[in-house]
Amino acid sequence: MLTRRLIPCLDVIRGRVTKGVRFQNNVDLGDPVEIARRYYLDGCDELVVYDITASAERRPTDLDMVARVARAVRIPFAVGGGISSTDDMARALAAGAEKISVNSLAVLHPEIIAEGARAFGSQCMVLGMDPAATADRARCPSGYEVTIRGFRERTGLDAVEWARRAADLGVGEIVVNSVDADGTRSGFELNITRQIAEAVPVPVVASGGAGCAAHLRDVFVEAKADAAIVAGILHTGATTVARLKAELAEMGVPVRRDAGGKTP
Amino acid sequence: MIAIVDYRAGNLTSVKLALDELGRDAIITSNPDDIAKAERIVFPGVGAAGAAMRHLTEMGLAEPLRQAIAAGTPFLGICLGMQILFERSAEDGGVECLGLLPGSVERFRPRDPRDKVPHMGWNLVRFARAHPVFAGLPPEGYFYFVHSYYVVPTRPEHALGRTDYAGVEFCSVAGAGSVIATQFHVEKSGPLGLRLLDAFTRWDGRGAEASPC
Repeated sequence: MLTRRLIPCLDVIRGRVTKGVRFQNNVDLGDPVEIARRYYLDGCDELVVYDITASAERRPTDLDMVARVARAVRIPFAVGGGISSTDDMARALAAGAEKISVNSLAVLHPEIIAEGARAFGSQCMVLGMDPAATADRARCPSGYEVTIRGFRERTGLDAVEWARRAADLGVGEIVVNSVDADGTRSGFELNITRQIAEAVPVPVVASGGAGCAAHLRDVFVEAKADAAIVAGILHTGATTVARLKAELAEMGVPVRRDAGGKTP
Repeated sequence: MIAIVDYRAGNLTSVKLALDELGRDAIITSNPDDIAKAERIVFPGVGAAGAAMRHLTEMGLAEPLRQAIAAGTPFLGICLGMQILFERSAEDGGVECLGLLPGSVERFRPRDPRDKVPHMGWNLVRFARAHPVFAGLPPEGYFYFVHSYYVVPTRPEHALGRTDYAGVEFCSVAGAGSVIATQFHVEKSGPLGLRLLDAFTRWDGRGAEASPC
């Protein structure tokens, strides 16, 4: 049976993994290569590495960091931040990334999704989106509006409508990162995750709000997510990938636990 | 030397990095001479079958690959590199493939909308037959898949491993003679995938139960 994936997320600023709430009050958590290797050996299924200040600083993705992460893990990982063209994507993939995540860029230039899918295949193209709850149901019937540039700008785009359109354009996967739940550790935003999971034919990755295994169970079972991003609770050592998976297995959620033991 | 065949079908960096981690001498190449003199061949592939077959033909690689396999060179196909070993694929309106193994390639047609296509993520592989490359692996284990099509070997003895998805039990490992092929990505399947790759790099191409035809 296809298992539900746990995906630790590394937000990198100037070569260091950091954690903040809503992109504020960032704390230095360490070297991305060491942290990626630790989560890999602990049995995570995939990783996401965001070079979170690359776009704001108008510089390309830190490819040296991508290449060092690629040498350290034997699982797929996605890279986001600092991508502005298919040439940038080609460089990140050549450095060893498996997938490219686009967010604000795709909202401003949706054709980049189709270009990336044509050049590298849909399996390479991940749409990251940051929906925020809105009362404006006339404009956003789902009740959620897409924000960009690190939650700073609202776009008027309905989150479900945007997910459908991105799937039509060829994204292979959609990360739904709730602005309201991000960093709270009080559970995922089940409503919008489920709406999108039911609306698109591609896998949906829930993000924002993971506080314990029960939250993960809820987003997999109630909200039909195919995978979930976990960050804060791993980075602080509150729990581990292995422990979360053991708890999920006890709750009847299919997860990969026999990571294969020792490397040859 | 291990030749990783570059036929413009996806990214080969992770295959090279996995072989580097195992300390194996490997090159990424599209040179027929490298393929002819390689001790073993890794044949990866991501993307569409039609484009892949066109590139293989244009780059003059189909014949050297056939000859290497006829000579008994250990050969590992991965993902699309597994599919195009068979006779034909349903992708792109129907594509003639290399025909090194008898059988076809079909698309997942899930009845349950919860079963998304592509089949993406970690799924269980049950090793159905003994093979030298499975030495040291448990009888079943989780590996990383990304694909929309799967192989249907004509001869059941060529199906060496099986996986369930979208209402079918499909062939996730195939092989005959010196050829072995996995639908999953050994190079991205963690320590277990690395163990399979390690066993391949030690295999002399003999000892498989089934012959190609």
